[in-house]
Amino acid sequence: MDLLRSSVLSLIVFLPVVGSIIVALMPKEKEDLIKKFAIWWSLIPLLLTIWVAIDYAMNFMHGNQMAYQVKLAWIPSIGVNYHVGADGLSVPLLFLTALLTTLGLYYSARVIRKRVKEFFLLFLLLSTGMFGVFVSLDLILFYVFWEIGLVPMYFLIGIWGNPKDRPQYAAIKFFLYTLAGSIFMLLAMIGVYLSTGTFDILQAAQTGVWTNAPMFATLSFWAFFIAFAIKVPSFPFHTWLPDAHTAAPTAGSVILAGVLLKLGAYGILRVLLSLFPGQFAQFGWIVAALGVIGIVYGAFVSLAQTDLKRLIAYSSVSHMGYIMLGIGAVAVALNMKGTEGAAESAAMAFNGASLQMFMHGIITGALFFLVGVVYERAHTRDLKVFGGLSAVVPVYYATMMFAGFASLGLPGLAGFWAEFFTFRGAFGIVPWLAVIGVIGIVITAAYILYRIIQSLFLGEYDPKRWTHWTTVFGEHADGPTDMALFEKVTLWPLVILMIILGLWPTPLLMYFNEAATNILSNLHF
Amino acid sequence: MNVLEILRLLAPEFILLITGFAVIGVDLARRRQDEGKTAATVAVMGLLLAALASVWLYLGHPGEIVLFTMAIDVYGLFFKTAAFIGVALVIIASVNFMAGRSKYLGEFYALLVFAALAISVVVSASNLILIYIGIEFLSITSYILAGFLRGDKRSEEAAIKYFLYGASAGAILLFGLSILYGVTGTTDLATIGDLLLRSRSAHWLGLVALMMALAGIGYKASLVPFHQWAPDTYDGAPTPVSAFLSTASKAAGFAVLGRVILTAFPQLQPDWTQILGAIAVLTMFLGNLTALKQKSVKRMLAYSSIGQAGYILLGLVAVNQSGNFGGMNGLMIYLFGYIFTNVGAFLLLLAIEQKSGGSTDISQFKGLATRSPALALIMAMFMLSLAGVPPTVGFLGKFYVFAAVMNQQMLVLGALAAVNTIIAAFYYLNVIRHMYFSESEVEGGVMASRGLMTVLVVNAVMVLAIGIFAQFFMTWVNNSVSMIIANGF
Repeated sequence: MDLLRSSVLSLIVFLPVVGSIIVALMPKEKEDLIKKFAIWWSLIPLLLTIWVAIDYAMNFMHGNQMAYQVKLAWIPSIGVNYHVGADGLSVPLLFLTALLTTLGLYYSARVIRKRVKEFFLLFLLLSTGMFGVFVSLDLILFYVFWEIGLVPMYFLIGIWGNPKDRPQYAAIKFFLYTLAGSIFMLLAMIGVYLSTGTFDILQAAQTGVWTNAPMFATLSFWAFFIAFAIKVPSFPFHTWLPDAHTAAPTAGSVILAGVLLKLGAYGILRVLLSLFPGQFAQFGWIVAALGVIGIVYGAFVSLAQTDLKRLIAYSSVSHMGYIMLGIGAVAVALNMKGTEGAAESAAMAFNGASLQMFMHGIITGALFFLVGVVYERAHTRDLKVFGGLSAVVPVYYATMMFAGFASLGLPGLAGFWAEFFTFRGAFGIVPWLAVIGVIGIVITAAYILYRIIQSLFLGEYDPKRWTHWTTVFGEHADGPTDMALFEKVTLWPLVILMIILGLWPTPLLMYFNEAATNILSNLHF
Repeated sequence: MNVLEILRLLAPEFILLITGFAVIGVDLARRRQDEGKTAATVAVMGLLLAALASVWLYLGHPGEIVLFTMAIDVYGLFFKTAAFIGVALVIIASVNFMAGRSKYLGEFYALLVFAALAISVVVSASNLILIYIGIEFLSITSYILAGFLRGDKRSEEAAIKYFLYGASAGAILLFGLSILYGVTGTTDLATIGDLLLRSRSAHWLGLVALMMALAGIGYKASLVPFHQWAPDTYDGAPTPVSAFLSTASKAAGFAVLGRVILTAFPQLQPDWTQILGAIAVLTMFLGNLTALKQKSVKRMLAYSSIGQAGYILLGLVAVNQSGNFGGMNGLMIYLFGYIFTNVGAFLLLLAIEQKSGGSTDISQFKGLATRSPALALIMAMFMLSLAGVPPTVGFLGKFYVFAAVMNQQMLVLGALAAVNTIIAAFYYLNVIRHMYFSESEVEGGVMASRGLMTVLVVNAVMVLAIGIFAQFFMTWVNNSVSMIIANGF
């Protein structure tokens, strides 16, 4: 047991690399074998993350420290360590990553037809980068995994992107935007070392970074913040996202929206909040304000889209704004120590932001899969050519209803709790910003109902409006066909999660609340 | 110091000297039979033996001055080892390529060995005269190598440009060194350092001498504004020679620059920090911005190699006493990794040139990932390393150099270097984009000869291995740098 506990995080992180090396050694013609292998192989990290989640809940709750820590010297002369660990914040996100990776591989096995070997190899490699970020407790290790996740995604967008959507442009834009942020973050990380003498996140947090040099502290804060804000993406750094999302293949969009965006929010909570609490408290209102701008602006832009995938991409900008609002509120609350209810509101906002990370992952993941479902059949995403599909493809209609309503925050489905906690927390700390943010909820309802549900499903079905239908396997069809078995298998786990977590968010909340309590109490809150 | 001791300390040089003549001899005997294969084998064996000898000397922690002119110290031995390996890789990879292009194969390999000998001398030189002789020796071998493909107009242009530029730079260097001798009355670097330290009045003359030395040595390292020869020469020279000039020869330039500045001019640090800082910024921007526009990958690599020189120079700009981020160790690990990465990238062009009949236009790379997946993967790794993406060695080098800059609190310099990293990423990724995202315009796979493939795989493995097993290499680098920092600085 102890052996498993000390190695489980490393296994989760590096098993996908081993898998991709095995894929690399397989002959390229054996596509079936490669697909099957990659899917089955990805189940191992998935099972391990489930085991971690259970084991953490049973044995490590209220331990007030990182579990499963491993610390091995990597570049000892400058104190760079392979230091990994997990707490209530990372455990659910590890599960989310593993789940979406497996589902993405499973879904892609049916729809990816060119350069199969490379796709599955890169997809496995991608998950290593994401797992790695969620468990890194050393800044350099964090940076390395951060960049490792970048490269496979660049290839996924560029190679398997839809040629009509300028995938090469989108891929390079994605890469350069992220790099532009992260290279300055690297400089700030070096600054952390020069100030504290360590790259270890936990140690540096205890020592305090640039406590005697406020100017450096402020500069470092912004360097970190911009890197994370680009990844989130927060307004005004969001312009890479619609392009990347639109161009990426379905599974790529799912991972991009489901997990990669969360890396930014995770970085803010894990690194920025613990290393620069003073600066964060000072500038927290800017973060919250950017969040609110993102919520409202993203929602309005979504409302104006006629391309289904682009619409959902902008809805991500809006929904990631909730996370920024929640985190910003937590930061502002740091300055309100002692004020009645501030601690409670801060914990609420923290929980809301982290719940939103998870919920947005499953909901938007499902939405992008659903875009894939209609796109594989109609080969267009133009909302104007559809209408009345509810009678023709009822299963698809029902699934979309669940995901759409979860996305707009209908009580009883997953999205509600995240929004509820975020706004409840934010009201107690930055009330005016929260009030403006609520506008976003209304517009979200508008674009989900009016744009997606109404233009896809309602009205009369007119077979003449769009005639280029195929089945999902590419054969000719006279009209839209309903979801195939593999699409149901991909989507229903996500829908079930939306329902369960909507009715009973307590298990998930347990982890995040643990993290909120620990992180806030470490800040002497 | 007896003769045996001198022989021992100069073992790498003697090995190379003998190897050079042996290569010519062997070639005379076997030229007709095997298209220079035996000559190349002898050359590679000699270089590897010399590298082993350098490592062996290194392990003895030497610090002797031989014959009043050569400092056999860990600093020099580090560069020797790196340069010998680099030249050996170039020779292994070029056997097939050169065989059909030139009749004088023995001379080609012998010249590369002699160039390695010149590097070996110059990185150890602790005396003004020997520095000048060493640089001229290296230059003359390089001129011939650059123009080796007689009848190829671009190769000839490469050589004549390099020659005219090098001759002028050499003259300026000599003038600067003579001023230095005039001020101090000695040619020994360490003594010059001492004397300049004591005499305040020598400050301005010292500065003039420094600037002239900078022009003379900086052109080897292709620092702006002494770089004008570099794009055309790297582009026009036979590709193995470009690989050599942009790596081993450049490393020698940086080694000399480091030794001269840190031993003879430590008291002028406030001055040269600013001068070198400005040069580094210019070098990065000019190299990277010009590389953006190139259509030919070889020419792109030529400009990229200028841009890379700017990052490397940052290590010297930010040199300081702190052990971990002292600047010089960043410069050295950067160069060490850069030798493998850039030699690899240039040599990969050999395969492309073989296929296309000489063109390295970016269109030749289109769809390479489907035609020759192994080559595309290797090239992608080199590009990612040049762009500084972890866990490659390119990241390690940038990390240490940037850390030194931050350590000196040169925030603007750090920010400018970061901006350059982003600019550079664009054109490195552009190669990857064409290899992986575009449809082929050319039919059929690209073949690499066995020797070339071996070299490419070795380089690709090293690019990853140095990045991952960083501590092993950093210990070596830190040891190599300790003495020059402690002694003169």
